[in-house]
Amino acid sequence: MSTLDVRLTVNGESVAETVEPRLTLVDFLRETLGLTGSHVGCEHGVCGACTVRLDGAIVRGCLTLAAQCDGAKVETIEGVSDAGDIADLQDAFRRRNALQCGFCTPAMLLTAQDLLAQGGVPSRDTIREHISGNYCRCTGYQAIVDAIESVAQARANR
Amino acid sequence: MKPAAFAYAKARSVDDAIRLLGDHKGEAKLLAGGQSLIATLNMRLSHPSLLVDINGVAGLDGISVENGTVEIGAMTRHVTLERSSDIAKHAPLIARAMPHIAHPAIRNRGTIGGSVAYADPAAELPACLVALDAEVDIAGKGGKRTVKAGDFFKGLFETALGMHDVLTAVRFPATGAGTRVGFAELARRHGDYAMVGLAAVAKGSGKSLSDVRLVYFGVGAMPVRVRKAEAALAGRSVDDAIKALDLDPQSDIQATGDVKKHLAGVLLRRVAAQLMGDA
Repeated sequence: MSTLDVRLTVNGESVAETVEPRLTLVDFLRETLGLTGSHVGCEHGVCGACTVRLDGAIVRGCLTLAAQCDGAKVETIEGVSDAGDIADLQDAFRRRNALQCGFCTPAMLLTAQDLLAQGGVPSRDTIREHISGNYCRCTGYQAIVDAIESVAQARANR
Repeated sequence: MKPAAFAYAKARSVDDAIRLLGDHKGEAKLLAGGQSLIATLNMRLSHPSLLVDINGVAGLDGISVENGTVEIGAMTRHVTLERSSDIAKHAPLIARAMPHIAHPAIRNRGTIGGSVAYADPAAELPACLVALDAEVDIAGKGGKRTVKAGDFFKGLFETALGMHDVLTAVRFPATGAGTRVGFAELARRHGDYAMVGLAAVAKGSGKSLSDVRLVYFGVGAMPVRVRKAEAALAGRSVDDAIKALDLDPQSDIQATGDVKKHLAGVLLRRVAAQLMGDA
């Protein structure tokens, strides 16, 4: 069994590990580093529960290999949450019941923040389109769109 | 599921990738954006013993517009095309297709070369390239060659690429004054593979069209040009073009063949309106 050495930054901390080529980024984060906020759902790119940031851009953690992340900067919900960057979004999700079981929530927050970081107040259609790759089986999405829209408006008025 | 074990090599150049593919005893596959390949590995629908990663090979990505020709490097990611002012101006068909290609997190990784090489029959870019009469650049052991998009797609997930070839770029005429494009697709969820889709290019003057190219996806094993409907749309009417649609789509998990055929007509009406400047 061949292995590879990878060095990367995860949530601002340097990490050096030896991985099998077949190890996906999300399994690396969860199983090797114990960062279980990124979730494993469908494992073929449909549900979006494994969304993380790779060099600043959101990606599917199940469709990226840990071996490809040598030298990269990875951010997970743990790091983004601790940094306080999405405190307002998290608060809006809680206030508007934009989550129930919470399985999709970490990825939904990162995807929402990706849209909000583009600035302005996106239309509800644009919000729906942006989160179209993230399945939620509890909420029916309405409350999620409400939460994202309200944060966009609040940030615009800040 | 988890992928079966494989070895991994990072190619330093296109030649290095060709050598790695050729030297390997067993099945080796190129890893571009990985947005289809890694899904098939996870599902164990594919089990190569070596992945040759061409992310990081210099010179394989980028967009250039020169002398009326648009060239896109194989490793250019969808997000780059989506945000490119050159693509918006000189390749509006690609720009129109982009929002339909999966979701933001997938467009951040997926590449045009990967999409074209994978040749999913329901994917947008293969049909766009056939509509644009594009050329595909291929590098292999015997050197470089160029294949017309219309000859590149051979069948279901089957292309002109050999086992040890690397798709390096695609090229097509810039869309200039007098050329119009149209694009529409139907999917159950925004960003999913199309149930039926249509990419179109035509010369236009007022409401009249000529040199119409209509290419459907999701209705056959590969992009499907409908020449009778093209002629009818150029010379006669949208209704005649719909009557002239000689499609025979197979039923699949998304819809029956009859539904797809009906939807193909619906899309033709929408795309014809775009070409005629009504939408």
